[in-house]
Amino acid sequence: MKIVVCIKQVPDTQGGVQFNPDGTLNRAAMLAIMNPDDKAGLEAALRLKDQYGAEVTVLTMGLPKAADVLREALAMGADKAILVTDRVLGGADTWATSQTIAAAIRNLEYDLIITGRQAIDGDTAQVGPQISEHLNIPVISYAQKLQVEGDHVIVERQFEDRHHVLKAKMPCLITALAELNEPRYMTPGGIFDACKAEITTWGRADLKDLDDANIGLKGSPTKIAKASDKVRKGEGEMFNNLDPDAAVAYLLEKMQEKHII
Amino acid sequence: MNLEEYKGVFVFAQQVDNELTGIAFELIGKGKDLAKDLNTEVTAVLLGSGVKGLADELAAYGADRVIVVDDPQLKDYRTEPYTHALASVINEYKPEIMLIGATAIGRDLGPRVSARVHTGLTADCTQLEIGDFPLVVREGQEQKHNQLLMTRPAFGGNTIATIACPDNRPQMATVRPGVMQRRERVEGAKAEVIEYNPGFTPDDKYVEIMDIVKSVATTVDIMDANILVSGGRGLGAPENFKMLEELAEVLGGEVSCSRAVVDAGWKDKELQVGQTGKTVRPQVYFAIGISGAIQHVAGMEEADLIIAINKDETAPIFDVADYGVVGDAFKIVPKLTELLKKNVK
Repeated sequence: MKIVVCIKQVPDTQGGVQFNPDGTLNRAAMLAIMNPDDKAGLEAALRLKDQYGAEVTVLTMGLPKAADVLREALAMGADKAILVTDRVLGGADTWATSQTIAAAIRNLEYDLIITGRQAIDGDTAQVGPQISEHLNIPVISYAQKLQVEGDHVIVERQFEDRHHVLKAKMPCLITALAELNEPRYMTPGGIFDACKAEITTWGRADLKDLDDANIGLKGSPTKIAKASDKVRKGEGEMFNNLDPDAAVAYLLEKMQEKHII
Repeated sequence: MNLEEYKGVFVFAQQVDNELTGIAFELIGKGKDLAKDLNTEVTAVLLGSGVKGLADELAAYGADRVIVVDDPQLKDYRTEPYTHALASVINEYKPEIMLIGATAIGRDLGPRVSARVHTGLTADCTQLEIGDFPLVVREGQEQKHNQLLMTRPAFGGNTIATIACPDNRPQMATVRPGVMQRRERVEGAKAEVIEYNPGFTPDDKYVEIMDIVKSVATTVDIMDANILVSGGRGLGAPENFKMLEELAEVLGGEVSCSRAVVDAGWKDKELQVGQTGKTVRPQVYFAIGISGAIQHVAGMEEADLIIAINKDETAPIFDVADYGVVGDAFKIVPKLTELLKKNVK
C-alpha cells in the first residue's frame, strides 16, 4: 500500500502567542511545528505501515525551511519526503494550494492520501477536501478512527452529535482529527537517519497538469482586503454601585444592547 | 465566468434527520441583510430526502425562495451526493453569494463545492458585509463595488482578516454557528418553492454508510456552549452553583468553573476553563466569583463578551471583562435570573 501524508509547518499558536511591543504578532519568536492534526494523520499512516506494511511519503508545500517538518516525519518513520517550494507558489489561498498539492500528488502513486483536518494557523479545513476534488477521488473528513479492509478504508467520521461509520474504496483521501491517536516520538536512530536522508524538492517546473492561472497569489480567488492582529481588549466598563437592583438593571440593559436577550 | 450573470444570496439550509439546523435560520437572517444592500432576494437551498415540507419553516424565517433537491441519495449526509446537488444548483441558478454553516457538514461540503465550481471559499466567518474591494482606491487597480467582505479569525483567534472574492462567483463563505441573528418567525409566511433534481449517478465517490452512531450526551461539552456561566472560589460552597445553573438555564447556556472549584472537589474537571482545563470561546462568558488568574483568563479571553461579577474591585478579571459589576453575586445573580425569566416568557 502506498500512502501520501500531507503535512504543514505552522507557528505554534497553542503554547501561547508572542506579541511585539506594538501589539502585532511576533511570528519570529514563535516555534515552528508540525501541525497537530497532520501529525495525527502521519501517525495513522505509520500505524497502517506497522500493521500491513506500507510506503509512507510525506509531502509539504512551503518555504525551504519547511524541510524541518519533513525531517521530523522521517525521524518518526516516514519513508520518503517531498518538499514543494517555489516563489511563484507563494501567497496561495486554499484553492491555489490544493491545486498545487494535487498536481504534486499526481506525480506519485497512491492508495491513500491523509491530510490533517485543519492547520492551526489558518483553521480553514479546506485544503484536504479540495485536493480530493481536484483528484476526483472520495473524501472522508473528520476521521476519528481509521482501518483498512482489502481495498477499502473504514472510517469513523465525526459530526457534532454522532459519528458515521463510512466505507470508501481506495484511492481516497482522509482528513484526520488530532483525536485519532497519540503520535509517536522520533527515535534517536530515526533522527540520525533523517538528518542524512534525502528530501526531494519540486518546483513549479516539476508539477504537471497545473495551470499557471491556478497557482500562487495570482491564482487565488480569495484576496485579503485587510488583516490585522486582533485588537487586544481595551478597558471594559465598570459598574461600581453596590445596590444589587441597580446592578441587575445595568446587566439587563447591557444584555439587551448586545442582543443576548 | 461572466460575473454579471450571478444574482441573489443563497444559503445552504442544513437539515439532519429531516430537522433544520439552527444555522439555517441564522444564515437566512444574515442573508436578508446582505440581500437588502444588494437589492436582491434570499434563496434557501434545501437538500435531503422527504424534506420538501421544511420549506415553510424556511419561509417563516425570511427565505424568499426555496430550491429543494429531494432525492433518496440525499437521505443522510454524504460528501459526494451533497456536493453534486449543491454544485448543480449553483451552476443552474448562479447565485452571487453562497453561505454555508461552518458545521461538521458545512466545513466538508463547502470546500468540495468551491473546488468543483471554481471559486474561493472563506472559512468560519464571524462578520459579513457588502462593501468595496479594495477597501480604498489604489492606483492601477479597479475598485469593485458591492463585494462580499468576509471577516474571520485566524491564528487561533489572534488575528482577524477580511477577505474578498472579487473575480469569481459565487462568493462563498462558511459562517460560524451562533454568531448571526435569526429573524423573528413570521407564521404563515410563504416562499416560492422550486423543485430541482440534477440526477444522481452513484460511483466510488458515493461512500457507503455502514452505521450511524448517535452520541449519548453525558456531560455537555462546555466548548460547544454559546453562553457559559462560570463560577469560582468566590461562590464559597458547591451548593451555591445552583444559582448559576438557574441563570444558565434561563439563558440557554451551560455552567463552567475555575480550577479552584475543581481542586476543591465541587465540580468535575470536564467543566474547568483555563490553561489546564478547556479553552472556550462562547458568545457570552459570565465570570462569577472568579478572581481571574492569568491561567483562567487564557482559557476564556476569546469569548465575544465577558461579564464579570465580583465583590473585589481590584480582581484581575475586571481587566478582561467588557462589563464588570462590583457587587455581591449572591444578591445580583438570583435577581437577574428572576427578571430574565419574566423577560423571556
